[in-house]
Amino acid sequence: MNIAAQINSILAALVLLTAFGLLVQRRIYGLLHLFAWQGLFLSISTGVVGYVARQHHLYISSILTLALKVIVLPYILHTLIVRLKIHKEVETVVNIPTTMLMGIALVIFSYHLTAPIRELSTLVTRSTIAVALATVMLGLLMMITRRHAVTQIIGFLAMENGLFFAATSATYGMPLVVELGVGLDILIAAFIFGIFFFHIRETFDSLDVEQMARLKEEE
Amino acid sequence: MTLIILLGVSFFAAIVLAFVGDRRFAPEINILGSAATFIASVVLAVHVYYEGPMIAGRNFFFVDAFNVYLTVLTAFVSMTTAIFSRRYMRREREHGRVSHWGMRFYHAMFQLFIFAMLLALLTNNIGVLWIAMELATLSTVLLVSLYRTPRAIEAAWKYFILCGVGIAQALFGTVLLYFAAEKVLGEGGEALLWTNLIQVSGQLEPTVLRLAFVFLMVGYGTKVGLVPLHNWLPDAHSEGPTPISAVLSGLLLNIALYALVRCKVLVDLSTGTNMAGNMMMGFGLLSILVASFSLLRRKDIKRLFAYSSIEHMGIATFAFGLGGPIATFGALLHMLVHSLTKSSIFFTVGHASQMHGTQEMSKIKGLIKGNPLVGWGLVFGVMAIVGMPPFGVFTSEFLILTATMKDAPLLAPLLLLGLGVAFAALFRRVQPMISGAVPSNQKPVKASHIPIILHMVLVLIIGIYMPNFLSEWFHTAVGLLK
Amino acid sequence: MNVFSPLFVMCLQFIAVLFAAPAFAGWVRMVKCWFQGRKSAGLFQPYRDIFKLLHKDVVLAENASWIFRFTPFLVFGTTVLAGVIIPILSIDLPLSATADAIALVALFTIARFFTALAGLDIGTAFGGMGSSREKTVASMSEPAMLMAIFTVSLVSQSTSISHMVNVIAHGEFVLRPSLAFALLAFILIALAETGRIPVDNPATHLELTMIHEAMILEYSGRHLALIEWAGMMKLFLFTTLGIALFFPWGIAAAGDITFLPVAILLLLIKLFFAGIGLVLIETGLAKMRLFRIQEFLGSAFLFATLGLLSYFMLE
Repeated sequence: MNIAAQINSILAALVLLTAFGLLVQRRIYGLLHLFAWQGLFLSISTGVVGYVARQHHLYISSILTLALKVIVLPYILHTLIVRLKIHKEVETVVNIPTTMLMGIALVIFSYHLTAPIRELSTLVTRSTIAVALATVMLGLLMMITRRHAVTQIIGFLAMENGLFFAATSATYGMPLVVELGVGLDILIAAFIFGIFFFHIRETFDSLDVEQMARLKEEE
Repeated sequence: MTLIILLGVSFFAAIVLAFVGDRRFAPEINILGSAATFIASVVLAVHVYYEGPMIAGRNFFFVDAFNVYLTVLTAFVSMTTAIFSRRYMRREREHGRVSHWGMRFYHAMFQLFIFAMLLALLTNNIGVLWIAMELATLSTVLLVSLYRTPRAIEAAWKYFILCGVGIAQALFGTVLLYFAAEKVLGEGGEALLWTNLIQVSGQLEPTVLRLAFVFLMVGYGTKVGLVPLHNWLPDAHSEGPTPISAVLSGLLLNIALYALVRCKVLVDLSTGTNMAGNMMMGFGLLSILVASFSLLRRKDIKRLFAYSSIEHMGIATFAFGLGGPIATFGALLHMLVHSLTKSSIFFTVGHASQMHGTQEMSKIKGLIKGNPLVGWGLVFGVMAIVGMPPFGVFTSEFLILTATMKDAPLLAPLLLLGLGVAFAALFRRVQPMISGAVPSNQKPVKASHIPIILHMVLVLIIGIYMPNFLSEWFHTAVGLLK
Repeated sequence: MNVFSPLFVMCLQFIAVLFAAPAFAGWVRMVKCWFQGRKSAGLFQPYRDIFKLLHKDVVLAENASWIFRFTPFLVFGTTVLAGVIIPILSIDLPLSATADAIALVALFTIARFFTALAGLDIGTAFGGMGSSREKTVASMSEPAMLMAIFTVSLVSQSTSISHMVNVIAHGEFVLRPSLAFALLAFILIALAETGRIPVDNPATHLELTMIHEAMILEYSGRHLALIEWAGMMKLFLFTTLGIALFFPWGIAAAGDITFLPVAILLLLIKLFFAGIGLVLIETGLAKMRLFRIQEFLGSAFLFATLGLLSYFMLE
């Protein structure tokens, strides 16, 4: 393996590490920082792949990711956290060691699931598609095991990170128009959930999503 | 040119209504915008009918018989819903259930939603299809929570999270599809174009497409409301304002199914097996059974009809999965008549709940005596939706049943079971609501005549005598979906 | 000469482990004092402590059994034995063929097991409490430790520590995410095994916060001297194990005695920095509450498993 592929592997490992970190981190600001780091590793990885494969549109992708996921989204989340005055730790539904074990099981599962793609791919980045799917699954696990609205959204965004990573590792990135569209969607989603948090807080006086279980009982 | 008008009007109207949405003439602008979109869609349809499939905008748009029919349907229902929304939302605004900003937001998002749906239907690029579906979801999320009650916010949150997760899976499926396409078509935007994909579908790698379809099924299936991914649907369709319930039930589900069927065609041609069809049949049948049994215990009128939507989408999915000319014809017809009937039902239900100030069925009574239009509209709507002749739903369900008995006879009893249970459940619920004396808590309401009558008449006509152009159209679409 | 060189190295290591360990402990204490703005007691204070204890009388409880008297010698012996398995100065060790990483972990486990028994032996409340806490920590850190070592062994396809070190030190230089994860896991585990902050405070006087100290609370005189010495050696050995597995460059190859002085010098430099690193961790973190330790060690296990997985997935 040449040096660029090794760097890519290390970045993929770091992305996976941040995904697990998001799963087990209790403090809100910690989650925010981990999410920003994940975005940073992702954009560096995209840049490296762009350099190795000589795909210049990946540079644009990389800068876009940097702007959106490392700067804009964490800034929006930070403003929300300050305005909503959330300072406490967040509770989890399942305890942390069990969550970690489930996470490991998901990583192994996604490794097996992406085996056919790994065999068919001829790209430099083919080994990282398992990490990408694992990040998606871990984001999903995070959404399920958390009770706080903000952390559920961070799980959702982490899942989108995984999808972006999957696009880069399987196919050297989707066409630019699609990438732009996806980025736009995420930005709109960010605004929407920002507004949402305020609505939830106004109506329920807390951001604990377990409070929002009334529709289930009244069936 | 037509395409520009088609998409541009709704987009432009959205921007305008964001500013003037609360003024007196805002609903009229809404109606006018939707009407212009409808006329443009009809022009497009006529063009495609005579000249065949059309590609425009440097391969960005692709219009064939399948999606142009859905385009006309979408534009039509949104026009009639805009007419309905005029009277309905005016009363809601008067009663203070919606604020000033709420009205502006509502009107703007309504048009943006239509834009997103039309974009999803007309685009040739599978990636842009995904983007438009996501945009359609996002534009309606905050509309579901428009009334700001705890239940509405909970419904909107569930909708956002569950559909967001689902559609993320669909994105992964799209990435895998692109991966397979790239090998054959080379990199760049060319590889995501439907027209190119359909030509090289035999060369796409089957294992990858199989995996991709699983993710696409989960993703777009969540948006269609297939069991077990349906949890968001009853909440979202019942808590938002009624016009939104109508378009969500009547239109968005159709478009998600359209996306799913397009992917199924690709996968079928590539793998040569029936895997996609079997999956769709399985999910469809499960949805029919679960939804029809769930109808028995519902207490809220809108949730009742939301579950009915799940059931009918299940029928359509099942039929598309079954494949073959009869079933596909039935499925296409079913999408049309379900859309018209369900939105009409939601119009009447909306007025009924406005009259009584509640959505609980035990508190709604005496509709026929109180407001004959609403009462009889509901009666005919329910008769249509359970599949009684001479309405159009009977025709489509009959066709699907025939095809099932021919191709998958063991599943026919299950299908009949689902349809029968739904029949019984709906009639049982609706009967006390329409008959009897007028209760004390009922207030008069100025109902919206045109949409309800128009929809029911159309469904009746399609049931009795299907116009030639319509059946020819369907035959062309069936040919495309082989 | 070549026949004797492994034996010579082994004796050298034996002496190094015995006599350099207290100096390393002293170095860590010195740096900690500097960080905390106190005046330290000097690099050789641990030697003076051990010497003092060796002269003192042993006070035994009446109901102390043979386990209580036997444990200090056992602990000391196994720790020294572990010291001659780990490649500190050279890869060339005569016992490396018979004892691999799993045996190493087992040696530490024996020591720990008997210390826990000794804590229970007298029947005091604090002894029992310390033993049960220690066993809780052990039950989670042992699997994590084994997992971390397995991850490192994947690179060299063998669990013999000498072989592992040889492959990493003298093979080509490759950036491996699996080793990075394993290093992270190893640091966390070493903190738990050697009883440092954030798992256990080695300098605490409060019995309720003790884990390791509570088990040896009743020891005095030469018994205590041996146990303290063994504790310092354990810290030294874990540090050198970490250095050997993850930063082994500069270690003497088999049969290469002339390289030994350079190896010793490089080792001293690495220990210098390791000491500073350890104090940075200890000063920067606070001692965790007891129930958080399972999360801490769970994360260690997680990192080790991630290292294992990333070996298969990415390499």
